[in-house]
Amino acid sequence: MTDPEQATATPEPLLKVSRLVKHFPIKKGLLQRQTGAVQAVDGLDFDVRPGETLGVVGESGCGKSTMGRLVTRLLEPTSGKIEFEGRDITHLGTAAMRPMRRDVQMIFQDPYSSLNPRHTVGAIVGAPFRLQGVTPEGGTKAEVQRLLELVGLNPEHYNRYPHEFSGGQRQRIGIARALALKPKLVVADEPVSALDVSIQAQVVNLLDDLQDELGLTYVIIAHDLSVIRHVSDRIAVMYLGKIVELADRKALYETPMHPYTKALLSAVPVPDPKRRAKRERILLKGDVPSPISPPSGCRFHTRCWKATEVCKRQEPPLVALRTGHQVACHHPENAPDAPDASDQVPRQKAAAETARKVTKKTDS
Amino acid sequence: MTDLNKSGTPETGAVAAPGTAVGEVAAAGSPAPTAFLEVRDLRVHFPTDDGLVKSVDGLSFRLEKGRTLGIVGESGSGKSVTSLGIMGLHTAGQYGRRKARISGEIWLNGQELLGADPDEVRKLRGREMSMIFQDPLSALHPYYTIGKQIVEAYRVHHEVTKDVARKRAIELLDRVGIPQPDKRVDSYPHEFSGGMRQRAMIAMSLVNNPELLIADEPTTALDVTVQAQILDLIRDLQKEFGSAVIIITHDLGVVAELADDLLVMYGGRCVERGPAEKVFYEPQHPYTWGLLGSMPRIDRDQTDRLIPVKGSPPSLINVPSGCAFHPRCPYADVPRDGITRTERPELVQVAGSEEHFSACHMAQEDRTRIWTEEIAPKL
Amino acid sequence: MAVREPPPGGARTAAGPRTVLAYVIRRLFAVVMMLLVVTLTTFAIFFVIPKWAGSDPALLFVGKQADPEAIEGIRKKLELGDPLLLQFWHFVEGLFVGRDYANGSDVTHCPAPCFGYSFRTEQAVWPQLTDAMPVTLSLAAGACLLWVVGGVATGVVSALRRGTLWDRSAMTVALAGVSLPIYFTGLLSLAIFSYQLKWVDVDYKGLGDNPGMWFESLILPWITLAFLYAAMYARLTRATMLEIMGEDYIRTARAKGLRERVVIGRHAMRSTWTPILTLLGLDLGALLGGAVLTETTYNLPGLGRLAVNAISDKDLPVILGVTLIAALCIVVANLVVDLLYAVIDPRVRLG
Repeated sequence: MTDPEQATATPEPLLKVSRLVKHFPIKKGLLQRQTGAVQAVDGLDFDVRPGETLGVVGESGCGKSTMGRLVTRLLEPTSGKIEFEGRDITHLGTAAMRPMRRDVQMIFQDPYSSLNPRHTVGAIVGAPFRLQGVTPEGGTKAEVQRLLELVGLNPEHYNRYPHEFSGGQRQRIGIARALALKPKLVVADEPVSALDVSIQAQVVNLLDDLQDELGLTYVIIAHDLSVIRHVSDRIAVMYLGKIVELADRKALYETPMHPYTKALLSAVPVPDPKRRAKRERILLKGDVPSPISPPSGCRFHTRCWKATEVCKRQEPPLVALRTGHQVACHHPENAPDAPDASDQVPRQKAAAETARKVTKKTDS
Repeated sequence: MTDLNKSGTPETGAVAAPGTAVGEVAAAGSPAPTAFLEVRDLRVHFPTDDGLVKSVDGLSFRLEKGRTLGIVGESGSGKSVTSLGIMGLHTAGQYGRRKARISGEIWLNGQELLGADPDEVRKLRGREMSMIFQDPLSALHPYYTIGKQIVEAYRVHHEVTKDVARKRAIELLDRVGIPQPDKRVDSYPHEFSGGMRQRAMIAMSLVNNPELLIADEPTTALDVTVQAQILDLIRDLQKEFGSAVIIITHDLGVVAELADDLLVMYGGRCVERGPAEKVFYEPQHPYTWGLLGSMPRIDRDQTDRLIPVKGSPPSLINVPSGCAFHPRCPYADVPRDGITRTERPELVQVAGSEEHFSACHMAQEDRTRIWTEEIAPKL
Repeated sequence: MAVREPPPGGARTAAGPRTVLAYVIRRLFAVVMMLLVVTLTTFAIFFVIPKWAGSDPALLFVGKQADPEAIEGIRKKLELGDPLLLQFWHFVEGLFVGRDYANGSDVTHCPAPCFGYSFRTEQAVWPQLTDAMPVTLSLAAGACLLWVVGGVATGVVSALRRGTLWDRSAMTVALAGVSLPIYFTGLLSLAIFSYQLKWVDVDYKGLGDNPGMWFESLILPWITLAFLYAAMYARLTRATMLEIMGEDYIRTARAKGLRERVVIGRHAMRSTWTPILTLLGLDLGALLGGAVLTETTYNLPGLGRLAVNAISDKDLPVILGVTLIAALCIVVANLVVDLLYAVIDPRVRLG
């Protein structure tokens, strides 16, 4: 994993995304008229710097997976711009994307459905060479075996089928396939969430080692905030198709500015029984609203304990309140203009109080 | 909402009476226990074409009312089968196939369940013991309204009119935090969000005031903010109803939030069991260390790599001989006095703690040394 | 493009009475359109293609030894010389308001619904259809009841006793039922029960005339027809039931402490009906095909036999009439099944 400071200093982003939008139309009736749209991704701006790991976190329906499929161009964006190494790839066709596919690879969540059960491991991992029409040095088979070894699999299992492997091993096969063409950017969508805890750690460590060894850049999409904290240099928090906060790992976890981030972090159960007595837990009311008709203004205002009139009317822009710490909120927490740290404690308490009152209403 | 001060209060009932050795618990045929729930040497085996799947293979534990037991393990460790066995549901859906074999004893409130008349056990299901499942969407019947399903659960065990049962359903929906319960009672499961469905499921499981509530991965299918709501709800309800709760999960965070006692399962057996704080802060079994080391932490920055457990979970057909964990155990080579690898370690009391048990051949001094010197500093 | 990420907590409402009404109206509109298309197609097949092939419908009507004058008279009276679309229009008009066939002063009034006159018997087609319909409906309804009850019950019992002797023998019989043609089982049953044992008299009597005889005359055809379909339903029910019994909500039902009878009867059966209904919708419509063979075998004066006779007689108006009735049966059966769907499964959105 790269040192965040070092990453901040790098000026030229590997991937630059601006105002990225993806709406899935909803069609109804005999004539299939469009009656609305699922606003899965609605205006994203972010950079991915070479060598870093950008973590993208959010709850279901926040659009994080759609984002992953957009930047790897598995989906066609509705609008906005995606630049890879300074080149606009937003609307490249299949043929024009082909050379790009070498540099940008994806790892999927489900190691069971993302591997073709009728193909041998050798064929699966070697497929990228075939598709790109490249013959690696020393032949495809030797290269595939090298890759299998790289991800910690026995190279002699070249001729086996996916069903002969466990979940963790299948995920390694998926990783080997993604790495075959020596990509620069790897987008991993929930790479460990289908795996058991002990296996999850193996795969997380593997991703970590491969990054060091091959100088990879990662975008890791996950719902698990603990995994994200462990793997990421910088983290984007998404809510209903928008990035609400984007910051370095340390800043995000220690001084989150967006109320949603704060609530999200406080909601994660900590494996520490002694702490449950002391913890201030912000309980959000209700569920995430529908992305078909997201709330006006700030999309989080319906569940936010700090929401005021302005939140309903005006959408807060994503702005940097500190160096490298962007947040989209009218009433940010831990804002730099707060006089000192001692002042923040009562404010947080008050916030938690309000949140509790709010939840009481729904709970009882 | 934050704390119930339940953990650590000595009056709320200890797991085992002081001085009770585990061997005594496991002895079959002994007289009725005093504990509210006592499982003795439970074995659930499923015959298949590939061989006998030993999902649970000799499990014993106790649970008192007002306490929460967390059963932790990975997929295939036998934790879900244990809960189905207690409920008498392990053979469900097995028409005409080779039947599951279950043995041992399950004592609930002084009544033994495995030897009892199946219809007597059925009458206990839903009334004395009830269950919450992982995925509330598939666990609720898609064609019946939420209200109808709760009313049905109530009327199996109470001879009341539909109106009375409906009022009871609305009352419980209200209690679990469903807004406008008098309207939502007529909704279908697909009209609810995931969190609301799980609330409805909880309402249904509590409709008969059960004394034992088993929650099998109750929050795994939910988003983290909703998970927090549901965990809070379960904790509040337990305080209110005073029932015994078994929470089954793979997530150590979830058990740390709820459980008073912890039982760690591996390969169909218990490898460690004790008060939650003991298991979290002085774990005795290498597998427990592995679980703790595998887990990325939300509450601190880890510069180091995670410490995973090597290899994969064991096959339940060919469970490794001796300690089922030995092929994956990094300390399998630590010398043990006169013990062969094929010998299965028994669950023995950890010195200095009456309720803490662990099944490991390693000498306790070695374990304590490895934990404090090698593992704990890296977490 | 379809919606990829289903929105959580979106507005999902069950079908209310108003949406049901709107749905029925829309579907009825579609039914009418479909029937028009079927009519036009059938009309074209029977009146245009013979023309190309060089045979004259008027000639068919009059017979081989007709003099040219008579043929010309018929052609004028039946408007066979008119352009096809005009003929079609008159036909449709006749269906709804009736029509007059006129050749000078020779006027024949045909009241609505007018399907024209048989070329062979010179009788109006509609009364022939209405005479034949109760026979076919009796046959279909009785057989349908028998096969649904028998097939579903066999399937359920087989599923619950999977792997037992009962299950294996039931499924073997079911396999035989699917494979044996109806003219084989039909003739066999006739030979045994009617001619040899003389248990039943298979001469058809109307339900209104003599209910006892009606029942007696139909019992063999019912069983024969039902046997064919019941086999299919038993297999489908068994497979569906086995799948449903593994669902989480069945486990929940058991966890509530429900009796096994209730778990199966109320929870599992409710879901098992969905695929059975789908098959039933298709079968009810297509039943006419099965009825043709059954009616011919047992000599029942139903629509199937009417159609067979009309085809061998090249009696175009009768063929057209039977085809239309059959098409109507299919679309109505499908509409009913779709509505039942919405009743059974609240997740089905009508729209």
